[in-house]
Amino acid sequence: MSLIEVKDVTMRFGGLAAVADVSFVLNKGEILGLIGPNGAGKTTLFNVINGFYHPTKGDVYLKGKRVTNLRPHVLCKMGVARTFQVVRPLQRMSTLDNVIASAFIRTKSKADAEKVSLEALQFTGLSDDINVLSKGLPLGKRKRLEIARALATQPEIILLDEAFAGLNPTEINEQIEIVKKIRTDRGITILIIEHHMKVIMAVSDRIVVLNHGEKIAEGTPSEIGHNPVVIEAYLGEEHNA
Amino acid sequence: MKKHLPLIIFASLCVVPFMELSSYVMHILILVLMWSVIGMAWNILGGYTGQVSFGHAAFFGFGAYTSGLLYYHLEISAWWGIPACVVILTALSLIVGYICLRLRGAYFALATLALGEICRVTAENLVDFTQGNMGIMIRERTWVEKTWYFYVILFIAAGTYVLIKIVMESKLGYYFVAIREDQDAAESLGIDTTLYKTISLCLSGVLTGIAGAFFMNYMGYIDPGVVFPLYDISITTVMVVMVGGAATYWGPIVGAVIMVFLAEEIRSLPYIGAAHMTIFGVILISIILFLPNGIVGDFRKLLKPFKSKKAASS
Repeated sequence: MSLIEVKDVTMRFGGLAAVADVSFVLNKGEILGLIGPNGAGKTTLFNVINGFYHPTKGDVYLKGKRVTNLRPHVLCKMGVARTFQVVRPLQRMSTLDNVIASAFIRTKSKADAEKVSLEALQFTGLSDDINVLSKGLPLGKRKRLEIARALATQPEIILLDEAFAGLNPTEINEQIEIVKKIRTDRGITILIIEHHMKVIMAVSDRIVVLNHGEKIAEGTPSEIGHNPVVIEAYLGEEHNA
Repeated sequence: MKKHLPLIIFASLCVVPFMELSSYVMHILILVLMWSVIGMAWNILGGYTGQVSFGHAAFFGFGAYTSGLLYYHLEISAWWGIPACVVILTALSLIVGYICLRLRGAYFALATLALGEICRVTAENLVDFTQGNMGIMIRERTWVEKTWYFYVILFIAAGTYVLIKIVMESKLGYYFVAIREDQDAAESLGIDTTLYKTISLCLSGVLTGIAGAFFMNYMGYIDPGVVFPLYDISITTVMVVMVGGAATYWGPIVGAVIMVFLAEEIRSLPYIGAAHMTIFGVILISIILFLPNGIVGDFRKLLKPFKSKKAASS
């Protein structure tokens, strides 16, 4: 069953088409990778799905319902959460308060919100940092805080925008476990943007490749790894083995 | 002890009128409480929600004029202005919010700056309705003594404090702060930023308006230059909160105490009293430079020199 369907989406900024006629489907329960060189339009596509941008042309459907011109908070209420590439914690709030603020969307009382938040923080391994001001967290933990915040909104789908960038190898392995756990433990569908090929190959069921705003390939990780168009545009020769 | 501090302060203020203080001191205390209310109201929007307004005179003046016009046109007690301004100020806040809250940061501040001035010029020129610069005078004051005015504003201030405390510990409070810290992130976390900014503005506007309505009743005379001025109301409001500490419960109250007392003290100094604005400016600049989070926000920093001296001597 398709959860999100992106249909012929074009997003123009002035004369530049950041995304051109891209269509793909995100099925329930899968992890779909979105890769491509810098400036390929990955984040723009996220912003279209998430409601920050309204596409110039084309539509986005959530469970068969057209959601193209809805605002982000409405989409969040419908079950679409996201993280940001450049982490955006609510700086002068503690880690716990950051998550509580997002948990309120589906909880009435503060006690409930706190319960959901503590759970999300434990899930992402931040239990020891709940009282730290979020601007004081190191990058690795801030990336996890982004995920905890998204989880606290109790979504059906999470859009992860480079949740691995800037992490060291140990942190990357921890993060891979968290992403996998999001699906297995919580049954949440994931759309993920990533540059680390090792990560994307390890976690995704399918991969969509963008280049200059256009979709150039779609398939399983091994298909993508051997696709000559993708190798030329993005992967380079070393992955050809 | 710290938990009961607000109650202790409230209780001790309750007995102040029995101390038979001079009417001048009572006047100063009433002004301090009134400025606390305005400061706390501004703090909701400017401190917690991060939408800095330079136009709170508009809300203050609207409250005062609501009260005054009810008395002048309908010949009912000006005290009806307090309940009436809940309705009027909510309406004004919704209109202002619809227009201004789509702007961010400095642009919002500039729009509110214009708002205060628009209100002043309008009130000056609608002579048939507002009496223009002749102002509105309440001929029969409710009380001659200050005691009851003091109690009225004390209860308004206590109510405002409690209300803010409740709001800030609820979902609303979390949403306000989330909007201040990062509007886009807040939006993507499911917070309807437009709606919650409007709620914040309504709360802030209504409370400021109530202070304005009280001002009408207490002073007995208003004109556009008294209740809508840019410096005396709008800027002073921002300063009260900045000096005391934005986004703190006690900041606006401490700020009000300092600003009102300081203004009075400096003005009464011999010789240099005439330059009170200059001295005031210098003090403010130093506070902003050395205590950017205000006196309450940077309280620890303020204690530091004393502590390190003690440590050195021992």
